[in-house]
Amino acid sequence: MSATRRPLPGWVEIGLLPLANVAMAFLLVGLIVRVIGVDPVHALELLVLGAVGSSESIGYTLYYATNFIFTGLAVAVAFHAGLFNIGGEGQAYIGGLGCGLAVLALDRYLPGLLMIPLAILASAAFGAAWAAVPAWMQAWRGSHIVITTIMFNFVASALMVYLMVNVLIAPGSMTPQSRGFGASAAVPSMQAALQWIGIAVAPSALNLSLLLALLACVGVWIFLWHTPWGYGLRTMGHNPEAALYAGTNLKRTTMLAMCLSGALAGGVAVNELLGVHHRLVLDFAAGYGFTGIAVALMGRGHPLGIVLAALLFGALQQGGAELAFEIPAITREMVVVIQGLVILFSGALVHLPRPWLQALLARKG
Amino acid sequence: MQELTAAAAIELRGIDKSFGSVHAVRGVSLRIERGGITGIVGENGAGKSTLMSILYGLYRADAGEILVDGRAVEMTGPRDAIGHGIGMVHQHFMLVDSFTVLENLILGAEGGPLLAGGRAAARTELARLAREYDLTVDPDARISDLSVGEQQRVEILKVLFRGARILILDEPSAVLTPQETDRLLEILRVLRDRGVTVVLITHKLREILSVTDKVIVMRRGEVVAERPTSETGAEELAELMVGRKVRFAFDKAPSRTGEARLVVRNLSLVDGRRVRVLDDISFEVRAGEIVGVAGVSGNGQTELLQVLSGIRQPTGGALEVCGRKVDASHPADPAEMRGLGVAHVPEDRLRQGLVPAFLASETAILGYQDREPFCHNYLLDGPAVGKYCAELMERFDVRPRTPGLRSSSFSGGNQQKLILAREMARHPKLLLVGQPTRGVDIGAIEFIRRELIASRDSGCAVLVVSVELEEILSLADRILVMSGGRIVGEVAAADADERTLGLMMAGARAA
Repeated sequence: MSATRRPLPGWVEIGLLPLANVAMAFLLVGLIVRVIGVDPVHALELLVLGAVGSSESIGYTLYYATNFIFTGLAVAVAFHAGLFNIGGEGQAYIGGLGCGLAVLALDRYLPGLLMIPLAILASAAFGAAWAAVPAWMQAWRGSHIVITTIMFNFVASALMVYLMVNVLIAPGSMTPQSRGFGASAAVPSMQAALQWIGIAVAPSALNLSLLLALLACVGVWIFLWHTPWGYGLRTMGHNPEAALYAGTNLKRTTMLAMCLSGALAGGVAVNELLGVHHRLVLDFAAGYGFTGIAVALMGRGHPLGIVLAALLFGALQQGGAELAFEIPAITREMVVVIQGLVILFSGALVHLPRPWLQALLARKG
Repeated sequence: MQELTAAAAIELRGIDKSFGSVHAVRGVSLRIERGGITGIVGENGAGKSTLMSILYGLYRADAGEILVDGRAVEMTGPRDAIGHGIGMVHQHFMLVDSFTVLENLILGAEGGPLLAGGRAAARTELARLAREYDLTVDPDARISDLSVGEQQRVEILKVLFRGARILILDEPSAVLTPQETDRLLEILRVLRDRGVTVVLITHKLREILSVTDKVIVMRRGEVVAERPTSETGAEELAELMVGRKVRFAFDKAPSRTGEARLVVRNLSLVDGRRVRVLDDISFEVRAGEIVGVAGVSGNGQTELLQVLSGIRQPTGGALEVCGRKVDASHPADPAEMRGLGVAHVPEDRLRQGLVPAFLASETAILGYQDREPFCHNYLLDGPAVGKYCAELMERFDVRPRTPGLRSSSFSGGNQQKLILAREMARHPKLLLVGQPTRGVDIGAIEFIRRELIASRDSGCAVLVVSVELEEILSLADRILVMSGGRIVGEVAAADADERTLGLMMAGARAA
């Protein structure tokens, strides 16, 4: 009750506190790894090398980070408006539907310069539309967005399975996937792009969607902090009564925030479908939408923080996969546990090290 | 350690408390004698509430000692305080509305797993307390059916029921009519005569002077003076609280009224629960005058301001704002109202007037964020906003003059001055002001009132809603009294005094 949350200096808040959170998570992970009979130092070494040890592993880390940036931004934008959008998963998935439909309909007629922007727009528009329904229901009907967005994830999943199995499946195919996209719909891989300017790297899933993700970061930053709509959106998030007083239309702002959020989540489809799979497949969203919540929390809702958090989660994803590959005792599930602990310590227990840091700084100053 | 003289009921020695960089209480030592009424006065932020929260165990002091009846005690929570016979009546009542008086009384002191026994015992005890202290309340009445004054009596009974011999009251008259306040002061006198020690925290000097035996004045976390009440007066106390001479009476020029800027005709508002919160209200406000709306809080004033500023739409009747007609079928939102030249200083500045987490410069454009010179080509102009905020701060003496500081870091008075600056800077045609000086220190009160009068003199139509009668009386040219969602009386300020207004507020219609 009387415990007041004192402000810490900015660099501690943004830099040291998340580091302490991650360190604590890794300490606990080390303990668990020890218990199952693996040397924690060796495991950590493998994890780090697996994430950043070669240009190939760096490529994969950045490719995963791209997805996390999109979903992290999606969660953050809604969160600044006071809305907890946990439907990023479904919005990314339906974004993929839009992307796939656009490409399958037009890839034979349009050159890449038109096809790719159009496919990106279609991903964003479908993602936005999928978010707009829960937003509308909250703004006008009063249903709660947490409940509706999570339900929409299931609806999206069921809809996609139906469409893939019955409608969009390539003729004659046994697996539920569409025909391959035409070459005009392929976002160039980073390897190809770097080779073009004379830098040789190992091939990986990393593609130019990363640049789109970084562009989205700048866009979100400008929108939230440098436009009157972003201002109104943040006012609503902090204090709906003040927003109402200031003449902000709460219903319209709810729609705006959620549509933007859904559009950003649709970016996952660009990275996955146009950049990697080059066809419409099932389950490409693979939990990125949910991890985006942790990324946004850890990044404190700021685009720069989200990039850093996305890099961490990308490294965990890639390094964890290597770790599971190298040490049989550490399974895929074990890697999920590691991610879960990082999320736990940097999400739910984010303020745990605060008193210690405060005491430390107080002694110093 | 035991002193030879009679031990004080409470003695504080060297109490010190900081919140982060804010040093709220600085080495305070004071004695509260047994069986008297001690007043503690000070501006907002002087540290009086923090000090009492420490005494009641809500905060832990960083340093210092608390002695009750001469013995050093440790206060780790309200339970300890109650154990030592200290009870607190909070400004906002801590009662369960749907429970009866008796049920509220035994809440937290049920006396066993079955309520029947505890209830019977409580009934006997309540009857005894009522006899002893002249505090009659029907034990079976629902709280929601009681008047505010009666609810406060229940709060006092609750504290006495738990065996308190020392009673702390935090701004007890904030929600009362003048008549109810008089009754409260009478109750406090009875309590004192029966041996209860009373500590009264307030910023209303009238109450201090009429009921206390001793006054302790706090300023900036320190005790700056202690006076027997009989040897001091309002002027000295105000001066001690602020640290300089203060003037409340303004030499107002007679108002020169112009055209009607706001015309309200048979306005009514029915809320979501189908309660008629505004009922057939008609009045007008002309350029160059200040119209005051008096009333006990919760009688429709909040809703009136909401309708006039476009936050809520009327369900019946109409208003005409600077020539634009607004009714149920022609609604206007706050943005449109601002466009018509209506500025609004809201009643609740922390929930409406600003966003505590925003920078002061962001607060300075709340409601005007999409206008020149703050916004061009769909982008906010950060430097222009900062410069504008700095100008407002300079002109309205907002301290510290740091546009980059969070709004929550400013004191209440400075927040209010910034909001007022924002709303007055665009030379509005109609200025709506709710509780202009609630929770604002005395120095800022003087400044804010002066600015409102200056705005009137420059031809603005001003509507002031306040629960402070003294404020209405010193500002307004005409006074409307609201009760139960209706306007129950209108008087010229020159013919009004606290007593007649109080009677109207209590529901009696003006003749």
